[in-house]
Amino acid sequence: MEDSSLRYAFGNVLCFFILLLIGLLAFSIRLFSVIKYESVIHEFDPYFNYRVTQFLTKNGIYDFWNWFDDRTWYPLGRVIGGTVYPGLTLTAGTLWWILNSLNIPLSVETVCVFTAPIFSAFAAWATYYLTKEVKGTGAGLAAAALLAMVPSYISRSVAGSYDNEAVAIFALIFTFYLYVKTLNTGSLFYATLNAIAYFYMVCSWGGYTFIINLIPMHALLCIVTGRYSSQLYIAYCPLVVLGTLLAALVPVVGFNAVLTSEHFASFLVFIIIHVVALAYYIKGILSPKMFKVAVTLVVSVGLVVCCAVVAVLVALVASSPTKGWSGRSLSLLDPTYASKYIPIIASVSEHQPPTWPSYFMDINVLAFLVPAGIVACFLPLSDASSFVILYIVTSVYFSGVMVRLMLVLAPAACIMSGIALSEAFTVFTRSIKFQFPGISQSHQIDAGDTSSEPSGDVIQNVVKTDKIDEPVKEWPSRRNKKKEKENVEKTSKPSIKSKIEKRLMVLPLETSIISLCLLVLLGAFYVIHCVWAAAEAYSAPSIVLTSHTPGGLHVFDDFREAYAWLSHNTDVDDKVASWWDYGYQTTAMANRTVIVDNNTWNNTHIATVGTAMSSPEKAAWEIFNSLDVKYVLVVFGGLVGYPSDDINKFLWMVRIGGGVFPHIKEPDYLRDGQYRIDSEATPTMLNCLMYKLSYYRFVETDGGKGFDRVRRTEIGKKYFKLTHFEEVFTTHHWMVRIYKLKSPRNRIRSKTKKSKSKSSSSTNLKRSGTRKKNPWH
Amino acid sequence: MGKSSATSKDAQALFHSLRSAYAATPTNLKIIDLYVMFAVATALIQVVYVAIVGSFPFNSFLSGVLSCVGTAVLAVCLRIQVNKENKEFKDLPPERAFADFVLCNLVLHLVIMNFLG
Repeated sequence: MEDSSLRYAFGNVLCFFILLLIGLLAFSIRLFSVIKYESVIHEFDPYFNYRVTQFLTKNGIYDFWNWFDDRTWYPLGRVIGGTVYPGLTLTAGTLWWILNSLNIPLSVETVCVFTAPIFSAFAAWATYYLTKEVKGTGAGLAAAALLAMVPSYISRSVAGSYDNEAVAIFALIFTFYLYVKTLNTGSLFYATLNAIAYFYMVCSWGGYTFIINLIPMHALLCIVTGRYSSQLYIAYCPLVVLGTLLAALVPVVGFNAVLTSEHFASFLVFIIIHVVALAYYIKGILSPKMFKVAVTLVVSVGLVVCCAVVAVLVALVASSPTKGWSGRSLSLLDPTYASKYIPIIASVSEHQPPTWPSYFMDINVLAFLVPAGIVACFLPLSDASSFVILYIVTSVYFSGVMVRLMLVLAPAACIMSGIALSEAFTVFTRSIKFQFPGISQSHQIDAGDTSSEPSGDVIQNVVKTDKIDEPVKEWPSRRNKKKEKENVEKTSKPSIKSKIEKRLMVLPLETSIISLCLLVLLGAFYVIHCVWAAAEAYSAPSIVLTSHTPGGLHVFDDFREAYAWLSHNTDVDDKVASWWDYGYQTTAMANRTVIVDNNTWNNTHIATVGTAMSSPEKAAWEIFNSLDVKYVLVVFGGLVGYPSDDINKFLWMVRIGGGVFPHIKEPDYLRDGQYRIDSEATPTMLNCLMYKLSYYRFVETDGGKGFDRVRRTEIGKKYFKLTHFEEVFTTHHWMVRIYKLKSPRNRIRSKTKKSKSKSSSSTNLKRSGTRKKNPWH
Repeated sequence: MGKSSATSKDAQALFHSLRSAYAATPTNLKIIDLYVMFAVATALIQVVYVAIVGSFPFNSFLSGVLSCVGTAVLAVCLRIQVNKENKEFKDLPPERAFADFVLCNLVLHLVIMNFLG
């Protein structure tokens, strides 16, 4: 007895230290970019979040909530309080405030950079708790260790990647943990916590719709497979009511929480679960004969009412053109939807379907362990394990639609793999233990073995041998646990039976030793791959680039150079136009008003900029002038071989522009269906603004040839002058080029065609040099 | 004709048996049931009101209806946990169930107050 409690205590302490180490591992594996480059914010979206956090820390929460941003989407502006998911910024702001009130003077940037690694440690711990609820402590530790390192999660949560997913994945796993805990215990306290965790998730990420559709799906699955219990009711219904209210509190979601189709599943299952609960209750208080009568009566009457209600609902939903779903959700359900109707969503590289190698790159060895985990979840099947199975199936489907959603697959894969690894280890170590001849009373080892893990295993064994049909879910009070342990040790019959069962599941000694070694080797491969991926593949801040030349490490800091130039050499109120990718960075670092940025909420505005980039110089000048633009910024990678420059993105500008302004036609820019910029390119392509701004004076760099290192050809039009723009700055490696709009001439030479325009038809565009043309008329 | 009288007799028998079975439930559970009925009735009255008058401050309507539905759901959860016939909850002290119920109601009403506008 004392031996078992000592083992139990030792196991707990060991578990605590392992968890601490896992947290440290999760934190430190994400620090490669800070070590290799510097503590800087990466990519594009994090710059917006950083700017919002700066505003929050400077002005306080009330101003943040009511902030109307006029430095972006000129001249429309953007209501930040109502269109941003506040969870991330509020979390970082709170962290900064706590640290500063403790007199630890960390800057906002440092807090923002390190928020993601801290929350990934929390996410690993949350995975431990979730898997512990499903299978047990061993599986929990394995899953937590796997999640701390999985490359897919690292890619979105390195130090510096200050984006919504950094916090949202932790919130996701934590919400799932609380749901499963409520399901297992039936406690209303955990149901309340579940709703609050769901609120945190809604605050953090648009992916919360995954939760509010997965949980109803699981409830429905439990009902349909006959596993309805009152614990399911307690886990589900308060979450729906409280969760909908809390979701409606967040300004971004607002009334969408009750009006859009993404939430209808939860309401539908809410109604269904009440009907089922009522049916079970009446079944409980009536005699079977009477219950049959009740059923026939209700079915005949209720069917008619049901059909009427369903017809009304269907008519309501079908009357809206998108059936009430938002564009992003529709593109998830029908992967071809975005490319047909919404080119903006289709153009984002994160929204493309993943390739097969990216699965191996992102979850590596887990891809093999997941099927084993699914099988292990079926023996035995409980509500919690059916939930995890549903989670992985749906997340695999969605990850196949969008690369970005591989991030949602990662925790599910880690949980499944943790379960598989833990079960495999259990079987092998048990085989080794039983094969050793020195161990006398095996059923004592049983009790000692199983008591070092929490009660789940013990109850499982008792249940397996005694009650086969109905696994009764006991309220796990402490008295119960101790009683079960005593039962196992007193009566030898169940333990002998379990001993016999375990004997049957024992493998030969050599096989199990070799398999153990192989499993450890597998884990080693996984670790090596994860560390490599974290160090090489996912730590690039993409605002600073490096290359290894024979002369050493060469750093390309052109982006920050250009933004610094803008912030020092232009007026505060000058507007800068560029493609939407660079909007967030320009507002955050250069502190200038931009026309379009990464939020991409207004397709027409983006199409205007795209049209301007695709038009000849004069037309582009007109468009930009009507938007009060002073400077145009293009990114050009031809000199150094930087492949993500604007010329490579140019076809998307044409497509998006052409979607709104029909005079821009994509075939005009392609020669025989091929996109070229060399001498075989179409004249429309060679005359468009993007070409001219990218390649202006490019021939001066390599003595007349003009060889573009990215496209690997010489450019088509080499010597030309700009008539409406003038170059004001080009960075050191020619990666960012800034042009200024030339002011219109004071005096117009005699170029007006007044006499001819009277006789021409009114559909011709009338151009007089003095009038600015408004592209919206 | 005979079938309809058979079904009406069945319906009456059903009704009687339901009534007698329900009369056997303990008083505290009946009080909870009364509370649930009251909450649902209030929700229905609000829905009818909105159908007549229009839903202009939609957040007020939403918070009102959801508060009624929420308290009904929570009361049903309490009833489940306190009911002596439920085997899964026989080790749960009713004071703990009631404390959970009060906590959840507090959170619910805090959110409602915030959302009422």
